[in-house]
Amino acid sequence: MSTPNAPIELRLNGEPYAINQGQTAADLIAQLGLTGRRIAVEINEQIVPKSQLDATALNEGDQIEVVHAIGGG
Amino acid sequence: MTAHHDTPFTVAGRTFGSRLLVGTGKYKDMAETGQAVAESGAEIVTFAVRRTNLGQDADAPNLLDVIPPSRYTLLPNTAGCYNAKDAVRTCRLARELLDGHNLVKLEVLGDDATLYPNVVETLSAARTLIDDGFDVMVYTSDDPIVARELEAIGCCAIMPLGSLIGSGHGIQNPYNVRLIVEQSSVPVLVDAGIGTASEAAIAMELGCDGVLLNSAIAHAREPLRMARAMKRAVEAGRDAFLAGRMARRDTAEASTPFAGRING
Repeated sequence: MSTPNAPIELRLNGEPYAINQGQTAADLIAQLGLTGRRIAVEINEQIVPKSQLDATALNEGDQIEVVHAIGGG
Repeated sequence: MTAHHDTPFTVAGRTFGSRLLVGTGKYKDMAETGQAVAESGAEIVTFAVRRTNLGQDADAPNLLDVIPPSRYTLLPNTAGCYNAKDAVRTCRLARELLDGHNLVKLEVLGDDATLYPNVVETLSAARTLIDDGFDVMVYTSDDPIVARELEAIGCCAIMPLGSLIGSGHGIQNPYNVRLIVEQSSVPVLVDAGIGTASEAAIAMELGCDGVLLNSAIAHAREPLRMARAMKRAVEAGRDAFLAGRMARRDTAEASTPFAGRING
């Protein structure tokens, strides 16, 4: 039995990251201080559109990528 | 006024005044990036997609603040991708980042030493992306048969290298570039290898529709001055192509009439 609000382990941009159970992708972005920034989010190799971050629950072992624009040729 | 008419540069139904496309890598800071891009007159500007540095100051300047999507047509690249799958994922992230904007620069690299395109993976990625609704401007080798294949599967621009990315060795095989220009019905741009203004002009004199470059400006001693030089070189090369060069001769032909000379 998992305890309510016990942390779950994600992989965020290739690194381990713990977050409380029941959190959404939007909660994660808020925790990272990135709400409203120009970013894109992918979970388990699927794009999560901005409009669906709120409705996307995070699960143990999710592989999450948060990306932004940088200089390139 | 109308004597110097040129058709606008059109790619995937979008029309542009400038035929110079520039990258945003290797500048010393965001301010210099923004100034160099502005000075170049480019309307299409490439950028890369990378993991956000977590824990970094969220108020740090963002590339899209100096290259606003409201002013420029942003062209996300897939630099750093060595297989079709990574390139496709990167393009989908870029489309989400830019609220559905579907124009991308596809590059799938073969190895670290040459950054030469892996054309097998490039063809595979291009097919997937086109099926998924992307407009694909594709970085490729200067092989005309590969170029023809990329056009046949629906790429909206063919972008052969002039020489290795970042090498500044100019256009090593102008004959191949010309073959690609002559056979293609989509725009052809030299992408990679341009080192200085004369080489950008040569690309345009060969009949290319445009030039994409980054290091030649960013690594010049004075990037802003080189940005302006590139702008003028692309315009000059385009005009020279449209004007049509004189025929080469193996003997001299005086420009000044002989008649009436005082020693006659």
